[in-house]
Amino acid sequence: MSGVLDRLRERFPADVVSVHSNFGDDTALVRRERIVEILVFLRDDPELLFDFAMDLTGVDYLGEEPRFEVVYHLYSLEKKRRVRVKVRLHEDDPVIDTAVPVWPGIDWYEREAWDMYGIVFRGHPNLKRILMYEAFEGHPLRKDYPKAKRQPTIGPEE
Amino acid sequence: MAEPVHIATKGGTPDLQAEPMLINIGPSHPATHATLRFQAKLDGETILDLEPEFGYLHRGFEKESEASTWTQVVPYTDRLNYVSPLMNNVGYAMAVEKLCGIEITERCKYVRVILSELSRIIDHMVCIGTNMVDLGALTNFWYFWKPREEVYKLIEELCGQRLTTSYTRIGGAMADLPEGWTDRALAVCRGVIPGCIADVNALLTKNRIFIERTMGVGPISAKDAVALGFTGPCLRAAGVPLDLRKDQPYLVYDRFDFDVPVGEAGDTCDRYMVRMEEMRQSLRIIEQAVAQLPGGPIDIDDPRFVLPPKAQVYENIEALMNHFKFIMEGVKVPAGEVYSATEAANGELGFYIVSRGGGGPYKIKVRPPCFPLFQGIPHLVKGQMIADLIAVLGSVNIIAGELDR
Repeated sequence: MSGVLDRLRERFPADVVSVHSNFGDDTALVRRERIVEILVFLRDDPELLFDFAMDLTGVDYLGEEPRFEVVYHLYSLEKKRRVRVKVRLHEDDPVIDTAVPVWPGIDWYEREAWDMYGIVFRGHPNLKRILMYEAFEGHPLRKDYPKAKRQPTIGPEE
Repeated sequence: MAEPVHIATKGGTPDLQAEPMLINIGPSHPATHATLRFQAKLDGETILDLEPEFGYLHRGFEKESEASTWTQVVPYTDRLNYVSPLMNNVGYAMAVEKLCGIEITERCKYVRVILSELSRIIDHMVCIGTNMVDLGALTNFWYFWKPREEVYKLIEELCGQRLTTSYTRIGGAMADLPEGWTDRALAVCRGVIPGCIADVNALLTKNRIFIERTMGVGPISAKDAVALGFTGPCLRAAGVPLDLRKDQPYLVYDRFDFDVPVGEAGDTCDRYMVRMEEMRQSLRIIEQAVAQLPGGPIDIDDPRFVLPPKAQVYENIEALMNHFKFIMEGVKVPAGEVYSATEAANGELGFYIVSRGGGGPYKIKVRPPCFPLFQGIPHLVKGQMIADLIAVLGSVNIIAGELDR
């Protein structure tokens, strides 16, 4: 186990559900309630300094409970290391607080996760579709969205 | 309707009042170089607000991948950044190999480095060339097209394709380098590319028109660039020396002597300067890599991941069955999740892969370097002239293929 995960566990003992470092990737599964606090801690703690939000995505584990997962990939410029933070969300309540106040650059990633998986980022300044068009129905990367399904393509809304 | 805005003038003349004008740029516009769309709110020629829109080239890369085998995804990766497809091939193969715990052969590592650096050079050439076309300096475009063509000839010889390379395989490559390929590559790197870089350098770097069109245009501070998730030349132009080849060395980048150029102002001029220098540094890396290139096989010796030799497939039932299972079911990759990042021409190209042990990925997420860069464009151009948007857009190098996936 690495220093990053130890430190995170020490600071948030009740919120870190599990950790692993499989394949050399430090990973923490945390509860969604204090996600913004956790991300701010990862960004600002002098021993961690994860100043880059490199990536955010959703994963649909259809058939498992909780069904959805939100995955953050952070990078520290100074410490030259990465961490992955994951949060599980239930299908009937796929809501998590937005991280836009922590990293403005995460804005579009959250929009994409909403577009593709229907994960709602509470407090997001502009949560609308990004790759698909507004009239598109459903969330195409969900496992129960058929790959061959066709929807009418339309122009931009007036 | 929009609020009227006040225009402050310096000369003491009374303020004029005007309504801001909304102008639509794209999605099919020669200066966007891709299917991108902007809605700009202008006061005269000054950009008050800008809303980028994209997705016109979305083709469901991630959804398609989930229904493919691991090797079938390789051709899809060509279409991400189609200006330097070999780098996407390398990035994807490295991610899957990390999941499989494969250590590829020394020769393969060097070959991947050489191909990545050649791709970086042609990517930067396209970026600078088209950027200059937009600014009215067409000559540079043609000066860079010649060496690019020479590199494409090398790539065509390597894998039979110019653009859709699909070169890498899990655990190796489609084929080894052709006979005498490194000599021809060195001839291009020594005889063609440096001269063309010098020509463009002579035409632009001290050119007053170029300097006035680019210096101070679309600047960004280091702090803002980090907060917005910029990587690659755009981040380094702002003065942050993040380069994964140095900071988290992969393949064999730690064995080469090269520099990471950084800028100061993060403006269009600095982005140009950083890219020019990176091309020279890539040439240095290629020289060293070719000199150190070891012999031996390009594929790992592991029948779990690598196709059996064709001669055996025709003669041996065991090999034939193996071949069939490989093609129909795919390589068996252990369950788990990895994130693997490489320094592509535009910045960090990341692959987040989830496997559940099948012959294909459960999920693939690409972190395209353009995505945060495109998001940052309004930040770069607010308060500047509408003509500067075109200069900035070209220098940031948005590739819709990887942006939209």
